Amino acid sequence: MREPSRHETETLERFLDSNLASVDSAEEIAIAVAKRAGFDEDELLKIGMAVRESMVNAVVHGNRYNANKKVRFSVAKNSERFTVRVADEGEGFDYEQLPDPLAPENLLRSSGRGIFLIRSFMDEMLVRRLEPGGMEVTLIKYVAAK
Amino acid sequence: MSVKLNTRQVGDVSVVDVAGRITLGEGSSALRDTLRDMVSRNQKKILLNLGEVSYIDSSGIGELVSGFTTVANSGGQLKLLNLTKRVKDLLQITKLYTVFDVHEDEAGAIRSFA
Repeated sequence: MREPSRHETETLERFLDSNLASVDSAEEIAIAVAKRAGFDEDELLKIGMAVRESMVNAVVHGNRYNANKKVRFSVAKNSERFTVRVADEGEGFDYEQLPDPLAPENLLRSSGRGIFLIRSFMDEMLVRRLEPGGMEVTLIKYVAAK
Repeated sequence: MSVKLNTRQVGDVSVVDVAGRITLGEGSSALRDTLRDMVSRNQKKILLNLGEVSYIDSSGIGELVSGFTTVANSGGQLKLLNLTKRVKDLLQITKLYTVFDVHEDEAGAIRSFA
């Protein structure tokens, strides 16, 4: 099968199990599509890390490794943007109430940096609650005009 | 295994050579267990050589921080050696680079322990 070219639209969706192997799979899929979108190695690394952090949040905090819950993972690219969506079936969280990992009182916490890293590595991050339950995180990186 | 840990002694400093991926799961657990074991054996001077760490995620960073505080709380010191650009960049954007005592040569790192 011919691989989509850099400017062609491509969309992939997977329903992944709530385990760490899915985190690896999602990262690999995202990097492969992002590579076809023309991102350089540094950008691929950042995208991979952002996807990994999103997937870990979905698997660990959202679905809590529940074998009966899936993570809906989708990747899309076109000539303008690269988009990843990660949706879990958990109870949801208040995105606005997350502690700031850069605040002095939080600097030595052993967790809580995932969303900060996602926002650092992607151009946009959108969070929304799903009905009847769960959270969906959308990560966007714009494709530079070349 | 995603991470390989090799511990050696240089005088009274325990050097842990870390290679591979420190990510949620095997990698971060292995690092955590090694550091906890060293603290339980009253090792006070620990140098993590991260020169062969190819990848670290927020969980891995969390284990570095957790190790740092655990060792400090037991009266010891944990320092970092040979950060790759990737790890250094992550520690900088999370404002942790100045929290750790980071070295680029082992001899200097060993001497720096009080």
